[in-house]
Amino acid sequence: MRKLIFVVSLFLSAGVLAAGGNVHLDKAEYDLTDKASLQSGAQLFMNYCLGCHQTQYQRYQRTFEDLDIPLELGSENLQFTGEKPGEHIKNAMPAESGAKWFGAPPPDLTLVARVRGADWIYTYLRTFYADESTKFGVNNLVFPDVGMPHALQELQGVPRKTNEKMLIDGEMVDRYVGIKTDGSGELSAAEYDTAVLDLVNYLVYIGEPSRLQSESIGRWVMIFLLVLLVLVYLLKKDYWRDVH
Amino acid sequence: MSNVSLDAHDSSEAENQPSNSNRRRFLTVATSVVGGVGVVGAAVPFIASWNPSIKAKAAGADVEADISKIQPGQLIRVIWRSKPVWIARRTPELLASLSNVEDQLKDPNSDEEQQPAFAKNQYRSLKEEYLVLVGICTHLGCSPQHLKDGAFEEYVEGVAEGFFCPCHGSKFDMAGRVFQNVPAGLNLVVPPYMFIDDNTILIGSEEGAA
Amino acid sequence: MWKNLMDWVEYRLPIMRVANMHAIQYPAPRNMNFWYMFGFLATIVLVNQIVTGVWLTMSYTPTAEEAFASVEYIMRDVEYGYLLRYMHSTGASAFFIVVYLHMFRGMIYGSYQKPRELLWLFGMFIYLALMAEAFMGYVLPWGQMSYWGAQVIVSLFSAIPVIGPDLVIWIQGDYVISGATLNRFFALHVIALPLVIVILVFLHIVALHEVGSNNPDGTDVKRKKGSLKEDEKTTFKIHEYYTDKYDIVDDIVPFFPHIVLKDLVGFAFFLLAFCYIMFFNPEMGGYFLEHPNFEIANPLKTPEHIFPVWYFTPFYAILKAVPHKLGGVIAMFAAIIFLALLPWLDRGKVKSWRYRCGLHRWNLLIFAAVFVFLGYLGGTPQEAWKIIASQIATIMYFGFFVLLFIYSKNERTIPVPARITE
Repeated sequence: MRKLIFVVSLFLSAGVLAAGGNVHLDKAEYDLTDKASLQSGAQLFMNYCLGCHQTQYQRYQRTFEDLDIPLELGSENLQFTGEKPGEHIKNAMPAESGAKWFGAPPPDLTLVARVRGADWIYTYLRTFYADESTKFGVNNLVFPDVGMPHALQELQGVPRKTNEKMLIDGEMVDRYVGIKTDGSGELSAAEYDTAVLDLVNYLVYIGEPSRLQSESIGRWVMIFLLVLLVLVYLLKKDYWRDVH
Repeated sequence: MSNVSLDAHDSSEAENQPSNSNRRRFLTVATSVVGGVGVVGAAVPFIASWNPSIKAKAAGADVEADISKIQPGQLIRVIWRSKPVWIARRTPELLASLSNVEDQLKDPNSDEEQQPAFAKNQYRSLKEEYLVLVGICTHLGCSPQHLKDGAFEEYVEGVAEGFFCPCHGSKFDMAGRVFQNVPAGLNLVVPPYMFIDDNTILIGSEEGAA
Repeated sequence: MWKNLMDWVEYRLPIMRVANMHAIQYPAPRNMNFWYMFGFLATIVLVNQIVTGVWLTMSYTPTAEEAFASVEYIMRDVEYGYLLRYMHSTGASAFFIVVYLHMFRGMIYGSYQKPRELLWLFGMFIYLALMAEAFMGYVLPWGQMSYWGAQVIVSLFSAIPVIGPDLVIWIQGDYVISGATLNRFFALHVIALPLVIVILVFLHIVALHEVGSNNPDGTDVKRKKGSLKEDEKTTFKIHEYYTDKYDIVDDIVPFFPHIVLKDLVGFAFFLLAFCYIMFFNPEMGGYFLEHPNFEIANPLKTPEHIFPVWYFTPFYAILKAVPHKLGGVIAMFAAIIFLALLPWLDRGKVKSWRYRCGLHRWNLLIFAAVFVFLGYLGGTPQEAWKIIASQIATIMYFGFFVLLFIYSKNERTIPVPARITE
């Protein structure tokens, strides 16, 4: 029955529609060249996520260098675990206690953006809602019965599924209008969206830190290949003109 | 069809181009050059991937060593880039004796670049008292032994302390300088290092060159 | 001096003779069109796979504990490691793209027909070895799809009566897919199968050069010795190996430089597409690198949707279409065996579809469409209508061979021109 209500509520919610069991995902307009956004995302990650989730394949130093964060500044302000910037971004939580607290050890997030996609994370972090029936008092639209608390609640405030009375066809209707925060968070709704986008940006970056380098090399390679193509084509034509 | 006569329809196509064979020669050379550039470019990632990886570099990062507990005459070993590095605290008597052996050495003035500029002196060190050396023989890479309290006299008469390589018998004095008539040709390597404070040495970087 | 040295070597090792015979002065029909570049491209991709594979092996660790992390080590810590890996992963898909096009070329121009039956068979063996190679390679990153893909494919063998279940355990070397499986797949992927593929490619090329290249007209460019007038013979320098046995029609070009240059033009186009994907979109929307494979293998949790990589999906769809385990496996292997038997199922005497009946042309086009459609069905989430659709498509797949066998016996064909037409 709860599932049914859930599905029905999905159908009704504005901006959220059920399609083959998948929730509509909001587009995350992230920008890997926006260093300020990436730095803010890194800061959010280290402060709010790293307590439970590691990014064990990435080294602090790589993050600092790619994000234009001076090494000393990064080590002092963003590195809470490990001793040297060359170390991997891990936390101190043993996997067993993670499994005990959350049912399963919190997954590593290095590659989460490549597994789930940026849009999924962006939507996920913005669709927590208060639900007293769950262990952590929150549920999530894109990840029903998710086994983690709303880690960004102090930023967002308490999000609730909200109904509003509105006039439709001359009738007052009590209609679901989406998830609204109670305003107790440090950030406004718009600021919260930006913060989440920064975090998503950082997670996309960390999933494939070589992305920008790859594309800048790729542009030169494409230009080079076009030149090669023209030359080879002309040479081929020159040799074949006596055949046809 | 035939590959013999070219001129007839070739010239009709001409856009003030040089004769056909010149054009062909130019295109062949141009294509070869550009293709060659491509091959070289494609080789770059393969060659570069053999450089020490970030992992190796992280493991080879600078090492701090605590020298506050080294007694005069004592030698400690630390690992830097997976190699043994010796830190010896030399007594004043030992320092005074260094000049006695100079006529038996290959390179007493450290003319070969086996040390950072700051260590090109008789003591081959930043502070006279502390000797810092990479403990790898310059002959074929074995790690020499530290012989002291007269044990070195067996190999060099009148010299009480030094380094002896068990592999091929190379001998070095207490500044890491190589003796004559041994297989090793060069003095032992002094790594870059600096004193963070009176009790701590940082091996891997030198002052001002960070 | 240089010439003396070359002569000294040549006397002992026939480098130039072989180069002239098989590359420089090999006679190739002059009407070979763009369909004929995929063999060359496949060779290039094979070299790419071997070289990048060797380099990846230098940094990869083939153990269940370390494999996933070592791939990320290559992606992050090894200088340009990500490029080496993307060259290899993009190359894997590119290999199948060019091989499928190469095979379709053989089908439309009848390149499998007499006397090229063995050539076709070697090609099919290459294709089989390639599928095994790709499958085992896909296991190595030890992600979720690696693990569960291996689970599903290896489980296919359990359908074999009597010995099936024991066979699966023997292949796995454990009661589940495990580090032992990973290790043996690694050994096969980096040494055994590449060796087999290289040898088969060598045989494929030797067999090709023995019978000569087919062409879009299907007209033979080699004639009986002494049957041609001088002015009908080619004026190009062709190796005596061919001219001693045959008269070569004036419809050919030498392999070098003419065909090589033509192939290089195709190669440049290919590289543009290849590099675009490699540098800008190596996941190719989850087709070349599947999203769930960026999650480390977890024997306790199957991914929500599990498909093989795109190049296996047509056969996967056939497997799923048959509502019987053993039957499905048999149907899947039969789909490949029927393809291998094409030289004998096609009883026609005319090679190229240009000069065969309209039914044949439609049959080929529909077959290609059905193959692509099966690929779509096998690579997208299961839905009710797709079961019926995949059953119909499977029947149509086999229907191609049945129809061909029937109509090719007394087919109404168009006269094949005596000389190449373009």
